[in-house]
Amino acid sequence: MTQAALSGTGRDTATGRSYPGAGRGLGSFLRTALVERREAAIVIVAVALFVYFTVASSNFLTVADMQNLSQFIGPVAVIGAGEVFLLVCAEVDLSSGTVFVFMPFVVYYLNKSFGLPLLLSIVLAVVVGALVGALNGIITTRLRVPSFITTLGMLFLLDGIMLVLSNAAQLTMPTSGTLSSVFGGWGWSEIIWSVAIVALLYVVLNRTRFGMHAIAAGGNLVGAAEAGVPVNRVKVWCFMLCSAVSALIGIVDATRITVLDPGNPGTTEMFYAISAAVIGGTALTGGSGTVVGGFVGAVVLGVLFVGLTIVGISANAFILILGLAILGAMVANVQISKLSERRKAAT
Amino acid sequence: MSPGEAGGGAADDILRTEGITKRFGSVVALRGIDMHLGRGEVLGLVGDNGAGKTTFVKILCGYQRPDAGNMYIDGERVELRSVSDARAKGIETVYQDLALVPQLPVYKNLFLKREIVSGGRLGFLSDRKMRELARRYLADIKVSIPSVDTPVDRLSGGQRQAIAVARATRSEVKILLLDEPLSAMGAKESALIIDLVKDLSKNRGVSILVIDHNYAHVFELCDRVNVIHQGKVSFDRRVADTSLEELTDYMVSEYRQQVMSGRAER
Repeated sequence: MTQAALSGTGRDTATGRSYPGAGRGLGSFLRTALVERREAAIVIVAVALFVYFTVASSNFLTVADMQNLSQFIGPVAVIGAGEVFLLVCAEVDLSSGTVFVFMPFVVYYLNKSFGLPLLLSIVLAVVVGALVGALNGIITTRLRVPSFITTLGMLFLLDGIMLVLSNAAQLTMPTSGTLSSVFGGWGWSEIIWSVAIVALLYVVLNRTRFGMHAIAAGGNLVGAAEAGVPVNRVKVWCFMLCSAVSALIGIVDATRITVLDPGNPGTTEMFYAISAAVIGGTALTGGSGTVVGGFVGAVVLGVLFVGLTIVGISANAFILILGLAILGAMVANVQISKLSERRKAAT
Repeated sequence: MSPGEAGGGAADDILRTEGITKRFGSVVALRGIDMHLGRGEVLGLVGDNGAGKTTFVKILCGYQRPDAGNMYIDGERVELRSVSDARAKGIETVYQDLALVPQLPVYKNLFLKREIVSGGRLGFLSDRKMRELARRYLADIKVSIPSVDTPVDRLSGGQRQAIAVARATRSEVKILLLDEPLSAMGAKESALIIDLVKDLSKNRGVSILVIDHNYAHVFELCDRVNVIHQGKVSFDRRVADTSLEELTDYMVSEYRQQVMSGRAER
């Protein structure tokens, strides 16, 4: 350890040298920005991709394709933001995608089989989603099953219930005029819901006591408990939050598509969402995470997916690039952490 | 060498225990601990591993309950039912692991679980207020760090210990329990904590109990030292009236006696 790292005494609080980017060149400023704010790197990638596809194809910037893009981004961004809460407290939810595809079925049965009004059915389905999350959380925290296993079981359980209930036959999402337009029927409504939910989750994670406690539970579980943070309760709420928003955006997505397909277990959506969170700079080790980064990660995936389709590259290439992107993002993440360790030692 | 040589329990003791006993199955961990802590005093509690000091501290911070014995705070008999109960009665503990969240900035760690919020149950963090109070409080107790926005994992070991102590003493605290506050620290770092502890006791009247097995640390930090041996307080001296040599000799002779009697029993 250097002399300065030990100092503590006698240094002016305001002029601490670890203050980001103070009075140095642009290169140093950029480096600081990349280390201090992990979202920065992924924003640059997103903008670069956007510019590339705009130049490469005159079709990219059309209204139809932007809408297409927004509809890809929506679910990935929302489920991803929910996953960020779990990654932050060092857990994961593999069943979020299955909640996403299954809750529209719950809306269908509540509305068609039980004759409940559509709005009430939607609200109840979101509540059911939250209860699934509560179950995940309770099994994980009280019965001490790792969340990877808990939610893996929940994934198959929900998928099975969906297949049994529907007899593996497709259904049509119930609709009702304006209400359905609001819940996904209108082309832009899905992205509006998504941005609103992501913004809300950003505020919850960064500006509230609950978000701070989630970070504390993931950063130092024992320490947070010693300080009096109800770590288990906080984690259960994170599971509920992730499931509830997955349910809500699932209902919006199904209303737009109108077809309920029990053949889709939702794993693709879940993996895209976790990919977006990871590419956006959220580590799986707990204690840190960025909702905004996850959103930009979803944008990157969406631009790649839609862009590659437009320039005529097959979806297979998308998967390949996704794989590289995840590996690249994780390597960068670890290296940046090391870099910031070194900065810490140097200040 | 009998207990109470340093003056046994004045009327203005902040904390006093009488005959605290604790057994785990057939193992008797504490055989009646009589201890007192004066107002603004720094008392060191030393003893070998297994002497019972950890058990005693767990009882003092409300984590475990004694089988027998009484405990008085400000002369009033109390029973500590839980850690938060102890906290409500003015006892704060700084654990050896410090219980800080490395990724959170200093000011959020200082306010962890006692955040200043607005919006009622929604709990919106009042960051500006917490930053300001954190800055002011750290300046008050002369703890210097780069910025209250620095994540704790960028601080040195001594600074982290200081932040943990600051958190424990920020609110109304009468008695502070410190578990090996100088462990794994360089000389410069130690000086920082020693200054902080002395300042808290002299200028803010906080009564402090330091648990350590390093006698040298105790001599640097404390006004008085108690040795716990085989579940009892067997040595009680003001630091000014004894020396590191005397304490070490005493511990060695106690140990020798223990070994001898162990042989005799066989």
